[in-house]
Amino acid sequence: MSTRPDRFSPVARTLHWTMAALILAMLFIGVGMVSTAEPLYPTLLAWHRPIGALILVLALIRLGYRLHHPAPPLPADLPAVQKLAAHGSHWLLYATMIAMPLIGWSMQSAGGYPVRLTTWLVLPPIVPRDILLYGFLRSAHTVVAYCFFALILVHLAAALVHALIRRDGVFESMAGGR
Amino acid sequence: MPPSSPSRSPWPAFALIGVAVGLLALAFLWVAGWLQPSRIGGGKLADSLEYNAGKHPGWRRAHTKGLCVTGHFDSNGAGVALSKASVFRAGSVPVLGRFSTGGSDPFGPDGRPTFHSLALAFHLPRGEEWRTAMDHTPIFPVANAADFVALQIASKPDPVTHKPDPAKMKAYLAQHPETQAFLDYMATAPLPASFATGTYYSINAFRFIDGNGQSRAVRWQFEPETKGGDLDKKTLDQQPVDFLFDDLIARVKRGPLRWHLVIVLADAGDRTDNATVAWPANRRHVDVGTLVLDRATPEETGGCRDITYDPLVLPNGIAPSDDPLLAARSATYAASFHRRAVEGPHPDAISLAAKGGQK
Repeated sequence: MSTRPDRFSPVARTLHWTMAALILAMLFIGVGMVSTAEPLYPTLLAWHRPIGALILVLALIRLGYRLHHPAPPLPADLPAVQKLAAHGSHWLLYATMIAMPLIGWSMQSAGGYPVRLTTWLVLPPIVPRDILLYGFLRSAHTVVAYCFFALILVHLAAALVHALIRRDGVFESMAGGR
Repeated sequence: MPPSSPSRSPWPAFALIGVAVGLLALAFLWVAGWLQPSRIGGGKLADSLEYNAGKHPGWRRAHTKGLCVTGHFDSNGAGVALSKASVFRAGSVPVLGRFSTGGSDPFGPDGRPTFHSLALAFHLPRGEEWRTAMDHTPIFPVANAADFVALQIASKPDPVTHKPDPAKMKAYLAQHPETQAFLDYMATAPLPASFATGTYYSINAFRFIDGNGQSRAVRWQFEPETKGGDLDKKTLDQQPVDFLFDDLIARVKRGPLRWHLVIVLADAGDRTDNATVAWPANRRHVDVGTLVLDRATPEETGGCRDITYDPLVLPNGIAPSDDPLLAARSATYAASFHRRAVEGPHPDAISLAAKGGQK
């Protein structure tokens, strides 16, 4: 098993699983914080911004790494339509994990909010103050978040189909031990 | 890996995958509040304001009628001993403020026994801001989000009498002596004759953190240098519709208006978690500087309309207290902001009056 060439590298796997945990946490924090007006709301919001910034940085590193380190090939017997779905959904996942923090940062800029990451760091605005732009981006942030979560569910379901039903090594290429 | 044997049925595995994915989706919806309609978020608080006052698309859901003001804050340096926030270092920072009256009617008359409010945004170095939205009353009618919603429902004005249903209000007040105490206070407390002569209170307690990391419970108030009388509450409804805002515009044209920022320090045992409870008057007061407002501009061009005066936008050195109302205010302002941003803003009463040549 350890000599299989068709596995993700340790770097790719570390990035994948770290970001999986961060993104899932982020989506739960996001929908949780807007559902409550208890003191949990500002607490979650204070976590939401720095984790979002961290995801943006990691996503850009990961995209750069991925462009230089192609993914292992999919099984030869996988139907063409499933291969297309696999590739399409992965690039969609990349696009979303980069777009979500940028939408969040832009919408807070458009709404005139200081984007505070820590006690000592406030990010500068990246778009001008504009209430109509804020309204559009704020709505987009929610819609894209739900789409992102749906995409992750599909990704998870597909990974489990590879693991439990097809047993074709695709799941192990990211999850397997040595 | 060996391929699975053809005789093996895939359906138990499919079922397992369905359950796993379904449980994750269910957890997500539960956290998002979809499975718990009674949970109160900013949206529900904004709904309660719309229920009470009717919907005014494009406008703030509360404190709807307002006027932008600009100026600066001159810190005298005395606040440095209390908080490491840069705003308290001796010097001057620009301020963008907003005067408003309570209520949700963008064109309502100023002559009502309601909140006179001042919101301020201090623009600090390194991208920091301090925002505070204050009322002319040192206490608030409710202590938490659930009570706020209950009060909005109970006090919804009847379309004919324009007064709340007495039975509903009586039932609510029987459960909420703190709201009754607030109404009693409003009935007897003077209503300042001008925005310029009002004292504006922080409503909630906060915490100041000094350079040594020591934390103190505080409230603050802006005390006017301009002295003036009170409104005659019996003749309020005979006042011109925009008289408070017109008065402020006229005063600022004559010269800058000043308030002293006074920090009030809690004693041990003072409630920091309940905005309906006033602190005793003998608490230590520290004058930390002067707010100077020298320009008033209608909302349409004044820059104060398209932001929220979220009381939790705080600089390093000022932190929230354990008052649950702070989070509720922050969440409500955010929900109101999202709604009015999507709906799009409209020209405000003061801009329209100026354009109509009524001044």
